[in-house]
Amino acid sequence: MSLGKLLERIVQLVPVLLGVSLIVFVMMALTPGDPVQIMVGEQSITPAQEAELRHSLGLDRPMAERFFIFLMNAAHFDFGTSFYHGRPVADVIAERLPATIELSLVALVVALATAIPLGVMAAIRKNSLLDRVATVGSLLGVSLPGFWFGILLIMLFAVHMQILPVSGRIGYDNEVAAVTGFLLIDTLLAGDIAAFGDALRHLILPAITLGLPMTAILMRVTRTSMLEVMRQDYVTFAEAKGLPRRRVLYRHALKNALIPTVSVAAIETGSLLGGNMIVETVFGWPGLGRLVVESIFLRNYPLIQAAVLLYAVTYVLLNFIADILYTVLNPRVKL
Amino acid sequence: MSVLLEVTNLRTEFATRAGLVRAVDGVSLRVARGECLGVVGESGSGKSVTFSSVMGLVRSPGRVAAGTIHFDGRDLRGLAPEEMRAIRGRDIAMTMQDALTALNPALTVGEQMAEVMIAHDDTLPSARGARRSAIRDRSVEMLGLVGIPAPETRLRQYPHEFSGGMRQRIMIAIALTCRPQLLIADEPTTALDVTIQAQVLELISDIRARLGMSVVLITHDLGVVAEHCDRVMVMYAGQVVEEGPTDQVIGAPRHPYTRGLLASIPRPALRGQPIRPIVGQVPDLVGLPPQCRFHSRCPLARQGCLVQVPMLPAGPGRQARCLRLEETS
Repeated sequence: MSLGKLLERIVQLVPVLLGVSLIVFVMMALTPGDPVQIMVGEQSITPAQEAELRHSLGLDRPMAERFFIFLMNAAHFDFGTSFYHGRPVADVIAERLPATIELSLVALVVALATAIPLGVMAAIRKNSLLDRVATVGSLLGVSLPGFWFGILLIMLFAVHMQILPVSGRIGYDNEVAAVTGFLLIDTLLAGDIAAFGDALRHLILPAITLGLPMTAILMRVTRTSMLEVMRQDYVTFAEAKGLPRRRVLYRHALKNALIPTVSVAAIETGSLLGGNMIVETVFGWPGLGRLVVESIFLRNYPLIQAAVLLYAVTYVLLNFIADILYTVLNPRVKL
Repeated sequence: MSVLLEVTNLRTEFATRAGLVRAVDGVSLRVARGECLGVVGESGSGKSVTFSSVMGLVRSPGRVAAGTIHFDGRDLRGLAPEEMRAIRGRDIAMTMQDALTALNPALTVGEQMAEVMIAHDDTLPSARGARRSAIRDRSVEMLGLVGIPAPETRLRQYPHEFSGGMRQRIMIAIALTCRPQLLIADEPTTALDVTIQAQVLELISDIRARLGMSVVLITHDLGVVAEHCDRVMVMYAGQVVEEGPTDQVIGAPRHPYTRGLLASIPRPALRGQPIRPIVGQVPDLVGLPPQCRFHSRCPLARQGCLVQVPMLPAGPGRQARCLRLEETS
């Protein structure tokens, strides 16, 4: 893949992102509920005060103008002031983002590390007990709602067995100075192994809950595509060459079988962000997902706008990464 | 000439929903050292399955149910999977019909050549650099042998970057990397156009003479057999129906099926006359009664043919599975 092609693809992202911004903006503007009313709440204010508030928030300008201002500011990562926090939205989000990224990455790793080996084994031993268990398990995995499964896990491991914490990112007595915002890294930077272990223990249940649907889907995709690939002539030819079985399976079959898995994984990683809202709420995880849920109830427009835009941009970028990985795995495809 | 491969009474079955299919039913054959055996038959006659069985590559739901396979004095059916793996690719190599699907699209040609050496060649130097350059030299030599220009740069390319004929040559080069004693070429020319076909067959014959290996040429093209094979074996519905020296079998076929096959080939000498195909269909292999399988299509068939027919002597070094041989001499 040439650098020129890569740049071309990056430039192509611009109109997509513009469109996404417009949709986000219009959707927020059309949502019922007046932010000024909600901010004021039960207090009584004069119409003049209300008009002034409206003006100071920029809500009295025409929509097109507001969108243009929104775009210009967004380009500078200025998403305005959070109605609720009274601080810049960008700061509030930046504070919460590491918790969400950390949780999502761990969920992603857990999902990939279980789904691919399980999918491969289920395909190799088709119709075996393992295959059946994995197939039924994956059906459960996609069907179980995260909020329910998360609560089950809490009841079993935190309440009943008391081996894992109920909620939060880390215990009060283990808090360390925030450097990166990623607790797994910060605790190591602080040289506090006990705190690292504590942070890891806090991650286990939410990461499993968040990664479960993805694990289920990836396992099925890997199994199906592995079965498909194992029927190909090149696998027979690899066997006819007298290659060790491991090499036939992992180098010849799996490299091809992973092509669909990678595309699905990239898209599913985007959906982890959505899943975060539920999982973070269930596990009291102080991340972006919970912040967004809170902001929706508070009609905190600037924050929701910025967060949705962030989600959309992440989706677009993940797809872009998937395309690049695709060309690495499949030399017949050029960007 | 000493015997390299000897198969006796091989039976390979596939469990299907419709019932047990005996894809190969009582096949016996011999391949001598340095010899080229042509195996002819239409699709589904069991020619490919016979040699998949020899290679130990029959997959579930298929299995080799009976018979013996001796190669170079060893009983292949009695070998452990790991011992059989060591023989595949090193002593018995195989090429497949379509190189486009047989070569892995995601791996470079160089890697697909190197892995055969790594799997089988214990004489490679153990030092990393020396090992790598030994593998590269050998790969370049093999690609040169099959006539790929600029082999050094070609090693880094992927199969889709080659033409059909070149891919076929690369597959042959991979098969020959370990200098096997036996090459099983399964329809090596079917996927190629005519001019390339001739080149690839010449290549196989040429290398066979140079390396002194035996070749089994599976094909449905009798013209290819006539030109390249010492002996020919004709298969029909999972059985061998005729076998003998190529010139004799093609010059004076004894089994009605072989005669039908030859009569259905268009020839310049018969220009203007209609082609005479064999009437009827290949029988369904599920639950076949133990009688002559060609019976329903045979112009010579009689009541007495509805019995189990063994291979009968049909001349010096020749056999055919037919009770009416006196009518075809």
